[in-house]
This record gives sequence, structure tokens and C-alpha cells, in this order.
Amino acid sequence: MDMGFTADQHQFRETVARFLQDKSPPTTVRKLMATEAGYDTAVWRQLTGELGLAGTHLPEDYGGFGFGPVELGIICEEMGRHLYCGPHFASAVMAGYAVLLGATEANRTQLLPDIASGGTIATLVLDNVGDATRVGESITARDDARLTGQARIVLDAHVANLLIVAAATAEGLALFTVAPDAPGVAITPLQGIDSTRKLNTVVFDDTPADRISRTPLDIADLWDHLSVALAHEMMGGAQRLFDTTLDYLKMRVQFGRTIGSFQALKHRCADLLTELELAKAATYAAARYLTTGDGERYSPHMAKAMAGDAYMAMARQAIQLRGGIGFTWEEDTHLWFKRAKSSEVFLGTPDWHRERIMQQLEATHG
Amino acid sequence: MAEEQDLSTATDEVIHETVLAWLKDNWRTDRPLAEWRNILVDGGWAAPDWPTECYGRGFSLAQAQVVQRAFREVGAVGAALGGPGNLAAHTILAHGNEAQKRRYLRPILTGEHAWCQLFSEPGSGSDLAGLTTRAKRDGDNYIINGQKVWNTSAHHADFGILIARTDWDAPKHQGISYFLINMRQPGVEVRPLRQMNGHASFNEVFLTDALVPVTDRLGNEGDGWRIASSTLSAERQAFSRDRGIGTLREREGTIYAEYAAEQAIAQEPYTWYPQRAGRVDLALPRAMATGAIRDPVVRQELARLLCLAHAAEYAAASAAATRRAGSNTIVPAGSIAKLTASLIARQASHVHTLVSGPEAMLGGSDGPMDGVIAEILLSVPAISIAGGTDEIQKNIISERVLGLPKEPRFDTGPFRDIPRNAS
Repeated sequence: MDMGFTADQHQFRETVARFLQDKSPPTTVRKLMATEAGYDTAVWRQLTGELGLAGTHLPEDYGGFGFGPVELGIICEEMGRHLYCGPHFASAVMAGYAVLLGATEANRTQLLPDIASGGTIATLVLDNVGDATRVGESITARDDARLTGQARIVLDAHVANLLIVAAATAEGLALFTVAPDAPGVAITPLQGIDSTRKLNTVVFDDTPADRISRTPLDIADLWDHLSVALAHEMMGGAQRLFDTTLDYLKMRVQFGRTIGSFQALKHRCADLLTELELAKAATYAAARYLTTGDGERYSPHMAKAMAGDAYMAMARQAIQLRGGIGFTWEEDTHLWFKRAKSSEVFLGTPDWHRERIMQQLEATHG
Repeated sequence: MAEEQDLSTATDEVIHETVLAWLKDNWRTDRPLAEWRNILVDGGWAAPDWPTECYGRGFSLAQAQVVQRAFREVGAVGAALGGPGNLAAHTILAHGNEAQKRRYLRPILTGEHAWCQLFSEPGSGSDLAGLTTRAKRDGDNYIINGQKVWNTSAHHADFGILIARTDWDAPKHQGISYFLINMRQPGVEVRPLRQMNGHASFNEVFLTDALVPVTDRLGNEGDGWRIASSTLSAERQAFSRDRGIGTLREREGTIYAEYAAEQAIAQEPYTWYPQRAGRVDLALPRAMATGAIRDPVVRQELARLLCLAHAAEYAAASAAATRRAGSNTIVPAGSIAKLTASLIARQASHVHTLVSGPEAMLGGSDGPMDGVIAEILLSVPAISIAGGTDEIQKNIISERVLGLPKEPRFDTGPFRDIPRNAS
């Protein structure tokens, strides 16, 4: 398996990184996280329009750029690094992948171009964001046309103009579209621990909906794609914390020496780097698995499990190694700590993903 | 050296054909091993990646692998270039004078001289340059006194590569010299060093008024540390070299019988190395066979192990891709890979313990898998020590990769004034 990035991919990463460095500094993140909408519409238009970042991973036939999980991974990694506030993950990644992987050809053709262009902000409504095997336990579809049930945690539903909903039908899970202002829809903002990620509860009460998928939805495949994109976002954030923590250790002086010269802290940094590099390797390998099918069938689960542990380990140490200042609101570290904690459990805890690995191994070797 | 044209610019196909043709004329399974290897040296195929003036052909490593492949196809035995002899040869090639090269290189290639490495000491492990074995000039000889440790195969060795202190007033790295010592002399005593896992893969070597002729000093006095560094770098590269022709041992023919006896001695110290690495391959099958896989804790720990092991493979592939792209990341990648190997081995040991339960109390023929599991549990502690401890790897990573400052030093100035272990 070739694990390197091409020169084009490096260049693409630089373009995305430069844009986000400019548009998403911590001062802006703090400003946006305090607003209700949580994002800057002008930056969203630039990001989706000029840069086309909502359609990078979608096929050209549906208005995208025809790249795949590796390039989407680059975008997510940079967004995680810069803690980008906006509906990219909800709309481009979650709703975009759901339609791409689950909807009929006609519905893809109809829905994806607007998601790819950023003209539509969509989100994916899952009634369980911690356990893929339990999706559809709450939201059910009657006569393929009316939805009832609750999704406790939904990303960016408060700014979405299209809801893609996974609901249980007689033949299994299926995808539906719902207009946010349709009868019987209630969208209630929640207080998240991570204010840069806006969460809502979405309730349907006999809400009219259009079915867009034919066969039972392959939720495991969709979940794999979402997990790998999220793992990239997490690795970007973890790397950012690692870099800024290292800078701090080289600058802070106590006992007459920079604290980065103390072996206890140097060794901790070496351990963190090792854990980070392994999690990144697993994450990049999972993106390549989704692209080519090379590698382990369970590599998306490995990626999310390792990213979850590595990001939290890094976040804990980013605060610990700063001492008291790291626990203040004024210092930026807690912004990433909160994203790390939120991401650790979103789309499955590390333990959940490890259990899935074991189930797949048993199915293969049993 | 044969009277052929220079093949170092030839294509792989031409090299391959040339080797096959030469083997067709020269390879016999009924020759004594030493006779064959002398023919091999004279034919120029013992070490084709060595320089032309020293039995080689100036081949690249890739070309040398083409030669090795032809040998494998025919089933021909190659030069005796495994283990410490290989390190001695590389160091003599790089730093020896003409007389030393003439005297020592050929018997290494033919296997007539076995070598060992005499570097580490009880008082200087991670801090190798703190060594205190003394080499005192006395006319045409140096008189050597001191103790060495971790000397693989020293009990079979004819010669040793030795570093010892010649100047106690110089700073520690500058007072060391490099010697080639004859192990078959009264002042050299070799004792096996038994390890906690019961094996004795290494030795202690006691040097008491042992003699080294001045002509067997490699390089100048005080150059020993620099030369030892090149030995250690050859040692690191040796890990990636193809050891490959082990299957020859099972073939028929007198030369194979001799070769098998040689290899049995050479490989004996390494039989427990797979167990030292944790035997990840056994974890899932044993968990399934014992039923331990139904335990939710075992499931979690086993999945953690497999994640680590796969991620390490991906990281290695990624480092290789980066190297191909031209960026030199070998040192940090190597140190991170070594730390990762320790993590994997420890986690594997943990999983084997969980899977075995109370049976993990038993070893030998009473233990799980006829003692293999016990050998894993008692060998894994070595992996985070051998070849540079985890702590040394972390120093390397934090200083060379992450650019964190060095700790204050207390070992500058004349060596005799530096605090050291009580003897």
C-alpha cells in the first residue's frame, strides 16, 4: 500500500491550511462559538464557492470534484487543526456521504449538486450517534411517507435547510429527506460542551418525508466513511495541540531552565508523538482502504478508536504541561480539549470501535 | 578477483545471468564449506557490494540482492556474513589499513574466523562512552584490563572488535581507541551470562593483561568513538539485510551439513527473539481456541493490540514512502518504530496473560503451548532495553525530532574527574 501523499495533495493541503489560518484564528473561533448560528456565512460561501471544499470528495457527475476520502481527509484535518466553525462536517461529510452512498441515482443527481456547491446546507439526522447498530430504534417511517421519533443529537440542524433522515421501515433502514419547516418538525438547540460544534435535538411527529434510498441502507459502510473523516479532523486538532504545547515547553522557564529540558517532560512528549504518529498512520491507512479497498476491512474502526484515544491523551497533556494557565478560559487549549472530548464519543467511543473490530474478526475467523 | 569486465554498471538481468553461469561452473554440494567459500572469494561473488580492491565488485545493495537471488535459486551457500563478523568487516573496510584488510577480511568471508563485539561494560550501558576498560601501551603491544558484557557468540569467537580507554585525561569520547583482539589467549576469559528467561545468549568477557599488538589498533589513538559509531551504524543497517537462506539447512549434501552446523551455532542466541517481540500472531488464535475471546476485557485488550500492530505496519510503510520521496526521516522513524515495538510487545504480553489466566503461572512443558507463552512473558522485558533502551530512544526523539533542549551535562572535562560507578 502506498502511504505517501502526492505533490498535488501537499499543495492542496497548503491551500486549505492557508485559507483556514486566515479565516479561522482562535479569536474568530471564540467570536463564532458565542453566536447562535455558530458560523460566518461569508466564509462558508468562500469555502464552498471559490475553494469548492463541500464537493471535493463527491463525483463530478454530481457537481463535485471527483476526489475521495484522502482529499476529504486533508480538508477535515486542516479544519480540525484550525477548529473551523461551520456546517462542513454536517452538510458535506455527513449528509453528502449519506446521499452519495445511500440514495438512488435520481436522488443523488437531484440532491448532491446543491450540497457540493454549498448552496444547500444539509445535515444527517441519526437517532443514535454512538452506536451504528442501533440507528433506527427511535425514528420510524409509516407508509414510507411519515416520520415519527426523536434524534437526540444532530449536528447543525438549526442552520440546515435540508434534513437527511435515517429511519426504520418495514424493509430495514432507509433515507428520507425532510424540510426543516415541515409540519411536525421540532428543532431544539442543545448546550454542547464544545461550543464550536452546534448540536440540536430533532423531533418528528407524523412529519411528511420523501424516501430517497431504495435498498436497506448500508449503515456500517456510511458509518465507516464518517468515522474516517472525523478521525482526520481529530488528528489535525491533536497535531495542533502537540505543536503549541511543544512551543510552550521551549519558552516557559522555571527553576532557571526551560521546562522542555526536563527529561520527565521530554519523555512524555516522545510518548505523545509516538501515539499521535500511530493514530495518524491508522487514519491515513483507513482513508486509503475506503479509496482502494486495500488493507484491513476494519481499518476505519482502528482509525476512530486510535484517534479518539490519542486526541484525548494529547488534550489532557496539553493542559497538564501548561500547568495552571492551561486550565484558564483565556488560554486557547480548552477549545481543543472540548472538541477532543466531544469527538471521542461522537460516532462511537474507542471501546465501541474496538468491539466492532472483534466482531468483524470473529466473523472472518470463526 | 576474476578477470571479467566491470559489472557494476550492468543491468540486473546481465548480473543475474553472469552469476548463474558462474555458479553452474563452480557450485558443488560435495565440497568442504571452507573450500567453497575460498572459491567464492576468488570468484568475486562473496561480497559483491564491497570495493573491487577488497574481494568485491563495487555493487550497490540492490545489485548485491540480485546476486543473492541467483544464489537462492541455485541453492548455493553464500559468504559467512552474518552477525558480528559482518560488523567487524564493515569497520575494517572503512577504517583499517592495507595490512589489516589483507589479514582479516578474507577469513571473515570464508567463515574461518568467527568474531564478537566487545563494547558494552557493566559500568557503561546506555552511556557507552563512559567505558573504563584500560588499554595501556607497552612497547609493541597494548595491555588490556577490564570487563565487557552482552557479548553475543564470544564463546565461539576467534577475534573481537574492542573499544578501550587509552587516555584518561581527555574528555570521555576522545580518550577511546579501537582494537582487533585475538580471543584465543590466556588473558581472555569468556563466561556465559544467563538471562532471566533461562537462555544464555550472551557472555561476559574478562580481560586480564590481555595483549593486542599495536598493529591491530584500528585508526589512531583517540579515534575509537568515531570508529565505534560506524560499527553501530552498520549494526542498525544489518537488521534490514536479508538473512535469508535458512531453508538451505534442510537440503542434502555434505556442504549443507556443514552449513547447517555453522548456522545452528550462529542462530542459537536468537531462538527466543520472536517471543521477545510478543508473538502477536498467537494472540487471536489462542483467544479463540481457549474461549477467552468471549470475555469483554480480553476483547478490548486484544483489539488494542491489533490496532497497535497494524498501525505500526502503516507507519513503517509511510516512513518508507517518505524516504522514497527524498526526505530523510530515518533516525526519528527508527526511534519511533523501536518505541512502538516495545509498546506492541508489552501489550501482547498483557493479552497472553489475560488469555492464559492462571495457566500463565506455568512454564516449560507444563505451561501453555509447551512453554512458549511463559517464554513470551519472560522475554518481553528485553525488548525495551536491547539496542538502546526506550529511555534513550525518547531522548533521541525529544532532542533530535522535537528540538527540545538537552539536559545539563555532568560528564565534560577530563575523564578521570567524571563521577562513575564504584567498581
